[in-house]
Amino acid sequence: MLSKRIIPCLDVREGRTTKGIKFENNVDIGDPVEMAKFYYEAGADELVFYDITASHERRDIMIDVVKRVAETIFIPFSVGGGIRTLQDMRTVLLAGAEKVSVNSAAVKNPDIISQGAKAFGSQCVVLGMDVKHVGNKPGIPSGYEIVINGGRTYMGMDALEWALRGQELGAGEICLNSIDADGTKTGYELNLTRLVSENVNIPVIASGGAGTPGHISDVLIEGRADAALIASMVHYGTYTISLIKEHLHEQGIKVRRA
Amino acid sequence: MISIVDYGAGNLTSVQRAVSHLGYESLITDDPDRIARGDRIIFPGVGAAGSAMEVMRARGIDQAMEEVFKKGNPMLGICVGCQIVMERSDENSAVCLGLIPGYARMFSGKMKDHFGQRLKVPHMGWNGFSPKTEHRLLDGIGPTDEFYFVHSYFPEPAAPENIFGTTLYGVEFASAVGRDNLFATQFHLEKSGRPGLLILKNFCVWEP
Repeated sequence: MLSKRIIPCLDVREGRTTKGIKFENNVDIGDPVEMAKFYYEAGADELVFYDITASHERRDIMIDVVKRVAETIFIPFSVGGGIRTLQDMRTVLLAGAEKVSVNSAAVKNPDIISQGAKAFGSQCVVLGMDVKHVGNKPGIPSGYEIVINGGRTYMGMDALEWALRGQELGAGEICLNSIDADGTKTGYELNLTRLVSENVNIPVIASGGAGTPGHISDVLIEGRADAALIASMVHYGTYTISLIKEHLHEQGIKVRRA
Repeated sequence: MISIVDYGAGNLTSVQRAVSHLGYESLITDDPDRIARGDRIIFPGVGAAGSAMEVMRARGIDQAMEEVFKKGNPMLGICVGCQIVMERSDENSAVCLGLIPGYARMFSGKMKDHFGQRLKVPHMGWNGFSPKTEHRLLDGIGPTDEFYFVHSYFPEPAAPENIFGTTLYGVEFASAVGRDNLFATQFHLEKSGRPGLLILKNFCVWEP
């Protein structure tokens, strides 16, 4: 049986992680490579780096980070943010990332999913989805709509339909982020997660809203997610990976005890 | 020097980085002469066994691999490397290296877990491993260690003595196989954290 995965997410801007972190043990809280090492040793199953560098010209800084992370940790990690072309994907994968995540670029140009899957294999291509609950709205049968620009732009696309289309195009995994839950620390969007997880055949990583270990067990059990993305609950030292996994284990969820 | 065999099956630098992290030198090569002369060889890879074998044959790597096997030098296959050591793969009925009797099979898309939920294929993520034999490369591997998998096919050796360890995913399948100087894992040693690096390190000093 596969273990459910716990995946810390690091936001990187111009080579530095953007959230301050209260680590002890002399970890440089702004250095993504040191943080990657910290989480690797703490038992994270995978890592996600999200490049929020504003300008395309500064992308080489991120590539350097990816290379240094790849020399330091020996678990899979993915890189997302600003991936627009097949060449962007190639650069990130050659630098040592296991997977590359496409989000708004795929919304604007779905072919990038199939091109990436064909060139590098489906297992390398993660479809990142930002989703908002819109309720009863024409053209959005599931009640969940795809948004971009941090939730400011509604795309008129149904989230479930887009997930199924992404799978058909060759995405190997979906990272499903609820914009409504993101940053609230009040729990994942369970209905959305369950809806997508039960309808696709590829793994779903739940994202947005994690505040306690209980939220994670909820989304893995009720939400049927394969993995949970976490950020501030571990970045600020409130919880450790091993404490979270201890809780999940007690709930009967299979996790890797590193 | 360790030769990492390049047969067009994906990015090999992650294996090289892991080997260099352990303090060993390696060379990524597709040159059959170099491969045949290598002290020890690693053949990693992702993707399809059929296209991997096509590249091997086109470049004469298949013969170099057989030579290394006969010479008795340590050989380590990873992922697709664990499938191409078999006689054939179900993937496009590809004829493989035939170093181990048996076939590479595909997971059924109809497998269910014990809650009745459909198991997704490819099998991707962390899963357990039960050693079936004592082996130098498995020294230090414990019952709770897990490894990282990404695959739709798995080796099915005809003889139980070629199965070094198994993993459960709908079925119990061979996730480590081998014989003599050959060892191969279906899981990615370079992405499996501490236990993966341990097997890799054991390989780097293995004297079969």
